[in-house]
Amino acid sequence: MNHSPLLNRHRIHWAEIAYWLMALAVFFLFPRNLSLATAIVIMALFALSLDLVMGYAGVVSMGHAVFFGIGAYGAGLISLAGHHEPITGAILAGLAAASFALMVGPVLMGLSGLPQIMVTLALNVILYEAGNKAIAITGGDDGLRGIKLDPLLGLFKWTVFGQTSYLYALGWLFVLFLVVRCLVSSPFGVSLQGLRENTERMRFIGTPVRRQLVVVYVVSGFIAGIAGAVSAQTVKFVGLEALSVEKSIDALVMLVLGGVGRLYGALIGAPVYMLVHQVASEWNPFHWMFVIGGLLIVVVMFARGGMLGVAAMLAARLRGGR
Amino acid sequence: MSALEAIGLVKRFGALVVTDDVTLKVPVGARLALIGPNGAGKTTLVGLLTGLLRPDTGTVVLNGRDVTALAPALRVKQGLVRTFQINNLFRGLTILENVFLAVSEHAGSSFAMLRPAGRCKPLVERSEAILDMLGLADVRHQTITDVSYGRQRLVEIAIALSLDPKVLLLDEPAAGIPGNEVARLLDTIARLPKDLAILLIEHDMHVVRQFAQEVMVLVAGRVLMTGSPQEVMSSSEVRTVYLGGARTTHA
Repeated sequence: MNHSPLLNRHRIHWAEIAYWLMALAVFFLFPRNLSLATAIVIMALFALSLDLVMGYAGVVSMGHAVFFGIGAYGAGLISLAGHHEPITGAILAGLAAASFALMVGPVLMGLSGLPQIMVTLALNVILYEAGNKAIAITGGDDGLRGIKLDPLLGLFKWTVFGQTSYLYALGWLFVLFLVVRCLVSSPFGVSLQGLRENTERMRFIGTPVRRQLVVVYVVSGFIAGIAGAVSAQTVKFVGLEALSVEKSIDALVMLVLGGVGRLYGALIGAPVYMLVHQVASEWNPFHWMFVIGGLLIVVVMFARGGMLGVAAMLAARLRGGR
Repeated sequence: MSALEAIGLVKRFGALVVTDDVTLKVPVGARLALIGPNGAGKTTLVGLLTGLLRPDTGTVVLNGRDVTALAPALRVKQGLVRTFQINNLFRGLTILENVFLAVSEHAGSSFAMLRPAGRCKPLVERSEAILDMLGLADVRHQTITDVSYGRQRLVEIAIALSLDPKVLLLDEPAAGIPGNEVARLLDTIARLPKDLAILLIEHDMHVVRQFAQEVMVLVAGRVLMTGSPQEVMSSSEVRTVYLGGARTTHA
């Protein structure tokens, strides 16, 4: 290969344009399935936030739903407190999640490997239990209801079929995707990948390792928080599942299916996972996990790098054959 | 003034004294070689100098500043840079990317987020200039694992030079390189800036003779002697050590 991929990451590939056109086309092609489509977009955004820390910086976070949950409850509470403007509401909720990441980041980013996995997981479990107990804030098992929003930009009402919701979620995904894309292409992003490759060596080129990891963790926490906020705002409900370990694992599975450390892995993995889930649970509402589990095993064993990894390999082979 | 100075360094692991009251001076522009048999404590000493290990007693002074309590990354910022005995590179990245990481860090750009790395002209150009200097330009887009071990050794040095060191610790730079590539490496080292202080940790006497103005012999954690290469090599004491037998004189 006659280039250094990290230094060419900012170049736009035609497939990227195709992807976003398709996402937009969903709006016109499946007007009756927009609530599922919105849920997919939200999970893609959540998985993208995980890819930033895990796929690029090599941080293994098993409890990323912590930030999703804080964002969701944050956005819900902000609306219930009387602030109904959606965009600023989501940003405030994202900032709440980011602040929490800033609080726990310095400790978590000092860990690596198994301890990091266990502590992030434990943090998730603790927060879930705290959410369960703090009924006054979270509504406990009943969750938060009665979330109201002003029309988007003062113009678009929140319709029953979810047209506004879908475009609102897709808008967030697109903007934050551009932010993440810019981040991973920058010298900061290259440095993150140096950390993933060889943290020890980074210390010996003088990198303030922990500070760099905390920064990316906070950015990732913000994005996960926005994903949670958008979920609360579009579903008009927040339940404890927003904070659950299952939520964290869902994002991880989506990322692994799509391909870790590729940005679009999150954006491909989320729809695949959720569509398979949809179809399989119609087929059998109790055993759909077998299908997802089977798919995951196949990808991990035979398609390292996920679906995008396989696609990239095939593309390289085709090009080589020409 | 010494670029790097260690005063009375002691390091114990349990009851074992691995570094036993070592004092050394590396003046500006020095070409000092540190030799010693296996187990003499060379690696530990490098660890103490670079900040990977903390001495039990003693101080490390870099450019007149006490850095004993400073973490490795901060010592690098002060100009103390090392290479590794076993290649310690970013194996999944290309050679250019390996060097770019160091150049970007040194330029203070490792938190720059707004502009794509590939469009940061000064950083890319400096990376390429360093690769050019070390004869690595033609393989700059190859992944580390795709080039020869000797080339990888040169990347170690390229990364170190990107950090614009005042003091360079070369930890057995010739280790594992086939004979025909050693000459190129030595040539590269010989062409390094004259005002750079270099401490070479080496096993190979041939390399030491070519490189060093001064040689320090470390045995069982202690400095056995310091002198010119000729003095050291003609010393009967040093010979005894290298032929075995004297290794147990100190615990």
